[in-house]
Amino acid sequence: MKVLLPLLAVIILVLLAYLGIETANLHLLFGVIIPYLAIFIFIVGVLWRIVRWAQSPVPFRIPTTCGQQKSLPWIKSACFENPATGIGAIGRMVLEILLFRSLFRNTQTQLKQGPYFLHLEEKLLWLAALIFHWSFFIVVIRHCRLFIEPVPSCISLICRLDGFMEIGSPVVFLSGVGLLAGISFLLLRRILSPKVYYISLPIADYFPLLLIIAIAISGILMRYFVKVDVVSLKAYTLGLLRFQPVIPADVNVIFYIHLFLVCILLIYFPFSKLVHMGGIFLSPTRNLANNNRMKRHINPWNYPVKVHTYEEYEEHYRERMKQVGIPVEKD
Amino acid sequence: MAKEPKPQEIISQINYKPPQKSWMNLPVERKEGMFCYGAKEKSLQTVDFPNPRTWSVLDEDWKLPHNWQEIVLEGMAERLKKYRSFKIFMDICVRCGACADKCHYFLGTGDPKNMPVLRAELLRSVYRGNFKNIGKVLGKLAGGRKLTLDVLKEWWYYFYQCSECRRCSVFCPYGIDTAEITMIARELLNLLGLNIEWIAGPAANCYMKGNHLGLEPHTIKNSIDFLLDEIEEKTGVRVSPTFNRKGAEILFVTPSGDLFADPGTYTCMGYLILFHELGLDYTWSTYASEGGNFGFFTSMELAKRLNTKIYAEAKRLGVKWIIGGECGHMWRVINQYMDTWNGPADFLEVPISPITGTKFENAKSTKMIHISEFTADLIKHGKLNLNPKRNDHLKVTFHDSCNVARGMGMFEEPRYIIKNVCPHFYEMPEDTIREKTFCCGSGSGLNASENMELRLRGGLPRAMAVKYVQEQYGVNMLACICAIDRAALPPLMNYWVPGVDVTGVTELVANALVMKGEKERTTNLRGEELPNIAK
Ligand code: SF4
Ligand code: SF4
Repeated sequence: MKVLLPLLAVIILVLLAYLGIETANLHLLFGVIIPYLAIFIFIVGVLWRIVRWAQSPVPFRIPTTCGQQKSLPWIKSACFENPATGIGAIGRMVLEILLFRSLFRNTQTQLKQGPYFLHLEEKLLWLAALIFHWSFFIVVIRHCRLFIEPVPSCISLICRLDGFMEIGSPVVFLSGVGLLAGISFLLLRRILSPKVYYISLPIADYFPLLLIIAIAISGILMRYFVKVDVVSLKAYTLGLLRFQPVIPADVNVIFYIHLFLVCILLIYFPFSKLVHMGGIFLSPTRNLANNNRMKRHINPWNYPVKVHTYEEYEEHYRERMKQVGIPVEKD
Repeated sequence: MAKEPKPQEIISQINYKPPQKSWMNLPVERKEGMFCYGAKEKSLQTVDFPNPRTWSVLDEDWKLPHNWQEIVLEGMAERLKKYRSFKIFMDICVRCGACADKCHYFLGTGDPKNMPVLRAELLRSVYRGNFKNIGKVLGKLAGGRKLTLDVLKEWWYYFYQCSECRRCSVFCPYGIDTAEITMIARELLNLLGLNIEWIAGPAANCYMKGNHLGLEPHTIKNSIDFLLDEIEEKTGVRVSPTFNRKGAEILFVTPSGDLFADPGTYTCMGYLILFHELGLDYTWSTYASEGGNFGFFTSMELAKRLNTKIYAEAKRLGVKWIIGGECGHMWRVINQYMDTWNGPADFLEVPISPITGTKFENAKSTKMIHISEFTADLIKHGKLNLNPKRNDHLKVTFHDSCNVARGMGMFEEPRYIIKNVCPHFYEMPEDTIREKTFCCGSGSGLNASENMELRLRGGLPRAMAVKYVQEQYGVNMLACICAIDRAALPPLMNYWVPGVDVTGVTELVANALVMKGEKERTTNLRGEELPNIAK
């Protein structure tokens, strides 16, 4: 049930694009209006989210310390896991964002008869997530070929590296395979692992997975099976960029399906958990240095509070303090 | 009080397979032994908390103000504006489940709502249902819920089943810290007067009397006098500390639990012995007589109100800097909050050890150092005359307290000390120490007696790791640097790992310390015979 509803939603989206092009001939809508709208919503939405987050201050310095603090000079401190400097904190973020450091630590704990706990290494989630995200990233970079003329050499290089195995014709891109494999694992895990299934939400968790899978499949179909004319596609994308949109003539409907799903993803992105992409940079448990005792951190909304003063305290206990010889301020 | 189950019963009941029914429709079942009693009217009044009244957790009617929903939602909106952490943690969880089996309460109960991610979703669902358009429109389908009385009671139950230990945050790819979410959720509950007495009572005591046990100045003096007699009996040396003394160089602040109950008192004797032996120019304060901050388990504001006393007293007494004793959450508060709340401490000086001359650059701003940093530095410079053989009968392992571990990152100092004062030291398995350490099960004010079953279940992963080293190496002593641990771990060990005692690190130091002018020691501070070779 949790999975069927979002699956249905994706199927409906595919059908919408199919019927929109094949029967209703809405090329302008699907080829120009929706893409512009999607890009607009994506950019404004993501910026809005980040600005909204940034509007709330970080009143306290609360890094999670995953290694030795910087203290005595002869004790080796963990410069990335418990950074004492801004540079260390940047290093920590780089490890998080590029290599998913925290997820790498993952274990799986089981209770065995004895009783005792078994803490097993659990690297699969890390591996799948890493493959998926990196593949996705490379796929996006590869698509830049379509938007930039002439194609910058770094992008060509990435394409060549990506296809270095030279299997098939056109050459199979590893990132495509990685993307599909990684995300399939994530989906299967979400369905088959009872705990993860239990915590999953129908729309928020399954919809984006299925949507991305559909995008990947339509992309692969387009590249390897229903060949589409790349030259006219490029004319189309460049036209969009120059605000002189030309609707590509004679492109297979699969292209419109692919494009439409991508647009939906862009529109959905800022409103969903997918914004974790931006949020991770702002996470106060990771991006701050643990130099709290060395440097003062200011809370912008700090305010005075009511305290029980020493005077009030002494007032209350003066006689008894004197009796046991504890010095007092007033006799 | 609920009857304590047998260990085998607890083990056989744990089942990690989630139920069929979605958690959103699963009503909360409040089980005796798994929660603490509600806060008393008087305790809430003392600290000016809202809605003081007499109520009971098992009652249908919690006597809430009629506009309670408004209060909570406004409180949420306010905190979303004040804490980026809250906003981000509400928005970016992808429910990957990496944190799911990291919580000791989940491991000990199998209750799915004790998975950190679901604990947070309890709050997040209300956030989505009230602050997000998609959640307002699509409701449960988009993971949004309305704030009903059942939801509120569920919050209460599960946010007082989180010890704010932060273990989950270590594993989360975005650093989502469920402890931070719990802290904010508890603030919201406190807007309605929904606390537990084991927190509210100590917090009120801290506020009025300076320490959570409610020891009055003369009682503090008497308690310590009693310890002085004990020290004299065991070592032949008379120690004479001072109280509220103006012009001392150093103020010493420790959790009041150390003054009161075994085995904390032995650690306290340890401080007294160590400082005496060094001839340290220091003083105790009866006004700032608590390092632990029970306000931290209610709201940031009350935490600040309690914490203020440390700097205020340092200023009044005119000391140069501060040493803090062995305490867990006290150090999280000092490391992460004190300077921000109550600094700048510009009337103090950067701590310099008068014995070794070491300048503690890492405490340049707060001017407060941990006793383990202080002691490790002494040992490194060879300033202590130690006879580790006196601890020869102990096979010691070390429990990293959650707050010190994950809110400060102090791992090496206590280990260095132990290795220098105890001949036999063994680590527990790697996944259960340092930043991956397991909670004692009683942190963040949950160490009452009426919730003993929760404590025993929550402490299970910790206990099993101790059991491992007990079986492997014959470990019989569990060392720690936290007063809550010294209160919470002994019953836990008795229940799951009989034969393992609990000690503070400074107790071990004092036992090994050869004092000037001491008599021939025949027992340790606990009055136990020393091994023959060691006297
Ligand atoms: S590990 Fe982090 S992102 Fe994953 S479910 Fe837990 S809180 Fe959410
Ligand atoms: S902070 Fe600790 S007790 Fe709370 S949910 Fe996380 S692991 Fe569990």
